[in-house]
Amino acid sequence: MSEENQVEEQPKPLVLEKLEANHADALLAQDESRGTIVVVIHKEQAYAVLEYLKTDPELAYTFLVDVTAVDNSQMESELMQFDYARFMVVYQLYSYQGQCRLRVKVPVHENDLSVASVTELWQGANWLERETYDMFGINFEGHPDLRRILMPDDFEGYPLRKDYPLRGRGERESFNFDKQNV
Amino acid sequence: MQSGLERATGEKMVLNFGPQHPATHGTLRIVLELDGESVLKATPHAGYLHTGFEKLGEHLDYNQYIVVTDRMNYLSPLSNNFGYVLAVEQLLGIEVTKRCQYIRILMAELSRLADHLLWLGTAALDLGAFSVFLYSFREREKLYSIFEKTTGARLTTSYTRVGGVLRDLYDGCEEDVRQFVTNFPKALKETHTLLTKNRIWMDRTKGVGPISADDAISYGLTGPCLRATGVAHDIRKAEPYSSYDEVTFDVPVGTNGDAYDRYLVRMEEMIQSCGIVTQVLDNIPDGPVNVEDNKITMPDKSDAYGHIEGLIHHFKVVMDGHGVQPPKGDHYCATESPNGELGFYIVSDGSGTAYRIRIRPPSFLHFQALPHMLEGGMVSDTVAVLGSLNVIAGELDR
Repeated sequence: MSEENQVEEQPKPLVLEKLEANHADALLAQDESRGTIVVVIHKEQAYAVLEYLKTDPELAYTFLVDVTAVDNSQMESELMQFDYARFMVVYQLYSYQGQCRLRVKVPVHENDLSVASVTELWQGANWLERETYDMFGINFEGHPDLRRILMPDDFEGYPLRKDYPLRGRGERESFNFDKQNV
Repeated sequence: MQSGLERATGEKMVLNFGPQHPATHGTLRIVLELDGESVLKATPHAGYLHTGFEKLGEHLDYNQYIVVTDRMNYLSPLSNNFGYVLAVEQLLGIEVTKRCQYIRILMAELSRLADHLLWLGTAALDLGAFSVFLYSFREREKLYSIFEKTTGARLTTSYTRVGGVLRDLYDGCEEDVRQFVTNFPKALKETHTLLTKNRIWMDRTKGVGPISADDAISYGLTGPCLRATGVAHDIRKAEPYSSYDEVTFDVPVGTNGDAYDRYLVRMEEMIQSCGIVTQVLDNIPDGPVNVEDNKITMPDKSDAYGHIEGLIHHFKVVMDGHGVQPPKGDHYCATESPNGELGFYIVSDGSGTAYRIRIRPPSFLHFQALPHMLEGGMVSDTVAVLGSLNVIAGELDR
């Protein structure tokens, strides 16, 4: 999205101004949707931008609310917008200081599912990233303990991907019961 | 006095706490590495109650999904119903009627009371205070009668609808609720006299499972657990949704972030909720409870049976591709549930079914922070800390 899309009369939110000044090359898109500012960040600079957002004293997005992903494989318009990146990793941030929210999205291609882990920045990111890995197979690089969290350890596949059927792939039928001699 | 770690002798024992344990209140599991009675390491495990709620959201339409939200935090289903429909309505860009907003606040605060009461009873029961359990369940029962009369169910309330609520309050609801909030502070006082200055209760909870404000923010704690550390943050105040900006209430905070402060914060929140409920009853306006948009809410039954337009609208709302269809886009909506920030992130592709629903549960992040609070403490504190966090398995695993 280009600069012309911005409404001229309203002053630009501080966070967008600062990101443009400091991380212009990382910014793929910016938008304001229903009162929340949304920025799309290049995967390679995701960690640097998130670190900046957290540590900058004026922005101070110190609270990582949520980490999740969206599988856009059945949403053609989203796919086209970001160079056919199948997954979108979504970070919700909140600033206690400015009392405002920010949504950071990072497009991830299917052939390279790695994103830098933010567990160094927020301790709470640990399980959130584990869940995203469990459900989508996103590989968070530098995560100290990237294991499945909700699904069993020996589970195969990633249940929240769009190509995973609602009723499973026969896990239920082939479940291995302990048969006891009663 | 020596701390637990100083007494350690170097011999390790692994204790499996849960998934079936009376004090876990659901299928949680913690693997504790012990040296004597001190906890060296605690590893929480989640997932025993994983039900695929987020996957289901991609296959049910927007109103059908309300039923699923009942089962997340099953101690306060009305809060979940509220949080979810609010997210859908914000995605749709509609605002519900004033009366509906007030009814929702009323129900959300009553369910906060019910949630905190159950927490109080069970947390005290875990530490051996049996009478508190009986007193808090006696009060909770009165609330559940009100819920049952209003929604038709005690637990699976499914009370809200996109654009309104299932039905208006029943006749005599105001009297019932007023009677409850008049008597409740007296009943809570009984609990205060039983616990607040009780030597055993204080010994078991004061200084137990502490967490600093910075760590709490880093771990993503919200709700009473965050406020107990001294951070005066409440979404009802910071981002007033519905009509929360029209009621006045205080946000209680603690200082030490330990189990005792979490207890005090929740106790005071109950009193504040009573105040909100009274204000809501004083100011609740008359009028319709559903938005007057036939594409979103069901028409009255008399209309559906008596008029052809009503009949058509009635069916169109529930037909796939004709009912609630938010425009393309995504939205994150957070509400202050009894346990903390309950968020719904909904991605819409413009159809009648969400493309993706993500639930941001408070318990998931609280349970994650458990080792931080336990390690270095005593094994018996595990029960006290777990109880003070009020981790709900249905919400944790979804």
